[in-house]
Amino acid sequence: MEVTTKSMPYEAWKDNEYIEKLINELKENGTNVIVGSFDKLINWGRSNSIWPLTFATSCCGIEFVSLGAARFDMARFGWEVARASPRQADFMMVAGTIVNRMVPVFRRLYDQLAEPKYVIACGGCAISGGPFRKSYHVAKGIGDIVPVDVFVPGCPPRPEAMIYGIMQLSRKMKVERFFGGVNRQESKRRFLLEHPID
Amino acid sequence: MYLSIFNFSVVTEWLHNLLASFMAPWLVTTVECVLVGVGLLLAYALLALFYIYYERKLCAFIQCRLGPNRVGPMGVLQSFADMFKILIKELISLRHTDKFLFALAPYLVIIASMLSFAVLPWGKGLQIIDFNIGIFFLIAVSSIGVLGILLAGWSSNNKFTLIGAMRSGAQMVSYELSIGLSVLTMVAYAGTMSVTEICEAQSECWFIFSGHIPALIALVIYLIAGTAETNRGPFDLPEAESELTAGYHTEYSGIHFGFYYLAEYLNLFVVSGVATLLFFGGWMPLHVPGWEGFNDIMDYIPSIVWFLGKTFVVSAIIIWFKWTFPRLRIDQLLTLEWKYLLPINLFNLVLMVLVIIYGFHGPVVQVN
Amino acid sequence: MATLKDKIAQLFPEATFAEGEMLEINIPDAQLHSLAQTLHDDPELAFDFLVTIVGMDWKDKMGCIYYLTSTTHNTNIAVKVTTDDREKPMLHSVSDIWRIAEFFEREVYDFFGIIFIGNKDMRRLFLSIDWNGYPLRKDYDTNPELNPVSTESERQSDGTDMYIENAEGKVEKKHRNIFEKEDFVVNIGPQHPATHGVLRFRTAVDGETIKKIDVYMGYIHRGVEKLCEDLQYPQTLHFMDRLDYFSAHNYHHGLCLCIEKAAGIEVPARAQYIRVIMDELSRIASHCLFLGTFCMDLGATTMLFYTLRVREQILDIMDKTCGARMTFNYDVIGGVMADLDPDFVKDVKELLAVLPKNLKEYDTLFTGNVITKGRMEGVGVLSREDAINWAVTGPSGRASGWACDVRKTHPYSIYSQIDFEEAVATEGDSMARFKCRIKEIEESARIIEQLIDKIPEGDICAKVPKVLKLPVGHWWQLVEGCRGAFGVYIESDGSTKPYRLKIAPPCLPLAAVVDHITTGNKIADLITIGGSLDYIVPDMDR
Repeated sequence: MEVTTKSMPYEAWKDNEYIEKLINELKENGTNVIVGSFDKLINWGRSNSIWPLTFATSCCGIEFVSLGAARFDMARFGWEVARASPRQADFMMVAGTIVNRMVPVFRRLYDQLAEPKYVIACGGCAISGGPFRKSYHVAKGIGDIVPVDVFVPGCPPRPEAMIYGIMQLSRKMKVERFFGGVNRQESKRRFLLEHPID
Repeated sequence: MYLSIFNFSVVTEWLHNLLASFMAPWLVTTVECVLVGVGLLLAYALLALFYIYYERKLCAFIQCRLGPNRVGPMGVLQSFADMFKILIKELISLRHTDKFLFALAPYLVIIASMLSFAVLPWGKGLQIIDFNIGIFFLIAVSSIGVLGILLAGWSSNNKFTLIGAMRSGAQMVSYELSIGLSVLTMVAYAGTMSVTEICEAQSECWFIFSGHIPALIALVIYLIAGTAETNRGPFDLPEAESELTAGYHTEYSGIHFGFYYLAEYLNLFVVSGVATLLFFGGWMPLHVPGWEGFNDIMDYIPSIVWFLGKTFVVSAIIIWFKWTFPRLRIDQLLTLEWKYLLPINLFNLVLMVLVIIYGFHGPVVQVN
Repeated sequence: MATLKDKIAQLFPEATFAEGEMLEINIPDAQLHSLAQTLHDDPELAFDFLVTIVGMDWKDKMGCIYYLTSTTHNTNIAVKVTTDDREKPMLHSVSDIWRIAEFFEREVYDFFGIIFIGNKDMRRLFLSIDWNGYPLRKDYDTNPELNPVSTESERQSDGTDMYIENAEGKVEKKHRNIFEKEDFVVNIGPQHPATHGVLRFRTAVDGETIKKIDVYMGYIHRGVEKLCEDLQYPQTLHFMDRLDYFSAHNYHHGLCLCIEKAAGIEVPARAQYIRVIMDELSRIASHCLFLGTFCMDLGATTMLFYTLRVREQILDIMDKTCGARMTFNYDVIGGVMADLDPDFVKDVKELLAVLPKNLKEYDTLFTGNVITKGRMEGVGVLSREDAINWAVTGPSGRASGWACDVRKTHPYSIYSQIDFEEAVATEGDSMARFKCRIKEIEESARIIEQLIDKIPEGDICAKVPKVLKLPVGHWWQLVEGCRGAFGVYIESDGSTKPYRLKIAPPCLPLAAVVDHITTGNKIADLITIGGSLDYIVPDMDR
């Protein structure tokens, strides 16, 4: 099964091994024919309709604005319905540094997102703290705060890279299972159990 | 007159007779109700999805962008994907809220816009109920929507939604007046409240052309007030994104939010539909008195195409408003209504009456 | 300078003086308030503009340096106050003289723990109330376990402490509530579409009318000043890109100028021209984005897409020469990093050709609109006195009639040779701030037009030692960022790293003044006013 999205050729993707690993995991658990085709339909819907939360803390957020503008136009892929309320968004693009004071707010925002929810760590700061890693008031990456689905490196990443990142997220959604069985919701739940809000 | 092949009442009568031939009368009524209900739901869903796509494409065009073009040919399946997604999103239940009202509110909004569908003249003979106070019914049911919004804001137990709901209440109550008065102006002109009769009265010439200046004024006021009624920019204060995050529906997720999302577009459709009915002849083709050949050609276009086409054009104008104009402030909003629109409207009504009495208007077909 | 010195020496015999870039007055804490009062009120001195307060930790003692400017005489002065007490350092507040000092002093308190007697609000500005230690002190314990990253909600306090000197000269602590008990407080931010980042306004409203706003910062405080102390001078530069990411070139320029001034490096003419052109290009790009986001905040989304078109064109030019779209890291000590792209001149001329057409389009699309006028005219009026008192510089200050353009008042680089007008309006409302920025775009285009054909040939960078050491001393440099006067203070102990690098951002006063000009307006006006002030949160938080 070749998982691709937005009519990109399968060979053009960079990390197919990872997706193949996910597919194998999915296959191992077996699937029901009827449920499987339902899943396909739902996954088609989900992977094609990814609404971002308007969330930006610094520089990367401006590139995210550029992503919406005419040059890059994320509306082509249906991502332009940026919701200001976390209840209605599907993923949050963590665009910018997350500092100590922001961490509780950020975690609450994540908790407020409606399932199924995803996180993209966008830019060096969100991935590891970036140039501010040594600071006294910067979280060293958001990986310890929320489960991250896609990392987009760069400082800030170019809009093209962001498009690629969201497309990878869309690919990941396609190899999930909505009905029954094991899917990555499990690992997310485990993460949240391991990182409870104190 | 209009070609009979496009008269939809032939189909409905045939169906009715067919059912009546082997069913008891009460069963016929039940089956027909179910059929109408299913048809209505389908039309409702499809129209909403189409409108979402339509607005996204249109605003992309205005903003020098492309808009959705990857999901399906030309991106037409984009809104279907969105709907699938919204259907399976989690419904977050909140603590410290009034659960019953919270769940009820979105349905009220959707019911309001759905009921208005009942009297819209889709095409010749294609109307769910046609009764003598059609327009009145429309205005009455479309005001139920505000209840849903007020309840949503109140029951969410959130300060943003509360402010949004209060704004919405003030706005709806005020602009309902303008809508009512401008509709009243046109009803006075047509001399009837029946939707079919209003359409028939425009068979020679649409009211916007025959109605002289007062019809024009009424149209402008109706469009402004209608935009306000649907909570769309520049009157989108109840959900002003940059002020109140998402206004009254901030706390709604999943399909509950989906209902608000759909209802917004459906209300847009209803408002444009009513504008079409009152000013642009409903499903009536464009007829110019005296141009027989032209009128005949126009008659070959099915009535439902006329109605939908005109409605979409009116909607396009309202969508265009939204993306271009900045939002009004609450005090400016109320000033506009109470200090300008309402007096102008009252004056316009008198003007219309004068036009009718002195017969300054163009041809109106007297149905009765 | 001599008369100034004599005058102050006469009035305050305890004061000692040091001559540097400007007159520096050393004054004991007890005399600080009356000196400040004299400096502010005396018509011959009239130092009405407090540029910044630099908190300092000299290990043996702690203190502050106040940078003052007189807007009438265009003179500068620095006042230095110190205290020996490290346990509970206290100084007198000047927040009753310069309103903005309230925030500057809170910042110093946050970083150094210096308490200001008489300041009405002694909360920490950027860090949470439970933060251990004062990070910019030299003996700060950086152990992350003391201040762990926690997902637990921050402890909130509705009150603040204030320290008052009573009649006997004893300092008393008093508690004060920020809001009244019956206030309906709406929390706007930190994650909110209209705060342009992560700023938080606690807004007390009465219906739709705003009663009071309490500004909360620090949601993107990254401790840049502390980080700089551990880096060598060339390494500190890249942080300037990430403060106000729209004025990346301007901020780089400022820090480079300060280091070059200290090290005595002469910048080649070609580099100076390139720097100025880049500054002005980024000013156009920044203001374009402002026009767009401001209109979007008001609800007119389409405008954003039209203005971003011009911005993309500028970013393309930058991309070709600097190799990045946003964080350029282009200005280096002694010049610029790379030579111009061969297409640079052609591209810039193309931009200049389309710019007037675009500006006209924006004008017809937005400015003339009735709703726009209703939303912006007379909303958020900031008088000239208040603008100076709150240190609101940049286009926002100039819209209030205060000619505060650093390029005119303290010309740096080649600005003194260029013919351009300062965009000044007198209304002081949101519309004036909006129009000022449009005017500035035109003026920036004029500056570029004058320079683009005259870029001299030659080196792009002076010879700079690989390991740069600055002599012992301190330096102060102001440049005009896109949002106002950006100041850099460097104190060197003779090593390769700055002993203290203080950044005086223009956006901090912009956010501080919000409370003052929104009170009594509607909630929707908060968006208009915030948008028209155009603050960048990472810039004010650093």
